[in-house]
Amino acid sequence: MVAKRIIPCLDVKDGRTVKGVNFVGLKDVGDAVELGSRYALEGADELVYLDISATVEGRKTFTSLVERIAQNINIPFTVGGGISTLDDAARLLDAGADKISINSAAVANPDIIDQIAAKYGSQFLVLAIDAKQVDGIWRITTHGGNKFADKELISWAYEGQERGAGEILFTSMDHDGTKNGYPCETYAALSDKLSIPIIASGGAGSIDDIVKVLTDGKADAALAASIFHYGEVSINEVKKELQKRDIKVRL
Amino acid sequence: MIAIVDYDTGNLCSVCNALGRLGVQYVVTDDAETIKKADKVLLPGVGEASSAMEKLRERGLCEVIKGLTQPVMGICIGMQLMCRCSEEGNTECLGIFDTEVKRFSADKKAGVKVPHMGWNEIRNIETPLLSGLREGEFLYFVHSFAPQMCGEAIATSVNGVQFAAALNKGNFYGTQFHPEKSGTIGEQILRNFVEKC
Repeated sequence: MVAKRIIPCLDVKDGRTVKGVNFVGLKDVGDAVELGSRYALEGADELVYLDISATVEGRKTFTSLVERIAQNINIPFTVGGGISTLDDAARLLDAGADKISINSAAVANPDIIDQIAAKYGSQFLVLAIDAKQVDGIWRITTHGGNKFADKELISWAYEGQERGAGEILFTSMDHDGTKNGYPCETYAALSDKLSIPIIASGGAGSIDDIVKVLTDGKADAALAASIFHYGEVSINEVKKELQKRDIKVRL
Repeated sequence: MIAIVDYDTGNLCSVCNALGRLGVQYVVTDDAETIKKADKVLLPGVGEASSAMEKLRERGLCEVIKGLTQPVMGICIGMQLMCRCSEEGNTECLGIFDTEVKRFSADKKAGVKVPHMGWNEIRNIETPLLSGLREGEFLYFVHSFAPQMCGEAIATSVNGVQFAAALNKGNFYGTQFHPEKSGTIGEQILRNFVEKC
């Protein structure tokens, strides 16, 4: 059986790693390649780099950063943020990204999922989904949680799978950055409905939270930022604890 | 000099970067003469099997690769193309390894996902390609199709069913996992290919 994955997520703005709470209040936490290399050495299974630059200049900086990551890091990495066309996908593939994640662009134009999967394969495409619970329904949000789309979480994730996405990265905007844990029941519902891997994201405050989402939540991987960036726990500590609890991890 | 076969499949730069980190000289080429003269040949790739086979045919490289006598290593799709045939796009392949490539079946109850993505253990390890590795070492996989078990398997792994994670026949080698993305263990395998095969 494949091991459960621990994936640190690095939000990148103009080449620096930053972290905010609920997508606001950004703090600088270090150089993106250095931090990624450190995580790889500590036992990260993959890395995710999200470009949160809002400018054309920022995008260019990010592409050259992707080249630098590919040259220096010996584990797989996903890049996301602002990807909306086949050309964006091609540019990042050529720069050396193993996977790309798309979010708002797929909500606006779901055909982009089919197009990217057909051209580069499902393994190259992670469908990132942000959602907030409103009156008991998980509603899809875009643009960093600022806009609601007319879609519901489980049906949109399933549609993404059928269109060719290789993985689902679901972030609860109610939990992201709060360190209050993941919504495990929702992850389990996703895992029961879909056959592709599910990555849990947003909300990890302790090792227990990660254990819960990988067991009760049936997630295949856990993505986290805050708890690793600020050195509260190391990736190695997390994986050792997971192993103690009979969860298969790469150590 | 190591020749990396360029047949327009993407992810060539991952293999180039990995060889670069090891300080190994390489050339990326689709020129038959350059490939034939190389000390060793790498056939990497991600993508879809039938279109990848078509690209090898268009470049006139099928017979060239089959006729090579120096060490040749296929990675992921590259290894699948060295098998007899693939279910992906129902394509005939090069027929170097005597096995077929088939799709995994997802099994939600057993937690078997397709694509098989992430780090999985390899067992029944044989040398020289996998020298220095221990049984149960984790390597990085990302694929939905895999070669069936056969006598040429030099490592096995399990995703619902057991499959050949690495193959060897004479001077031909192949890995279903991605050594170029498998951390220091992956680098050890690439170094083995360069130094020991």
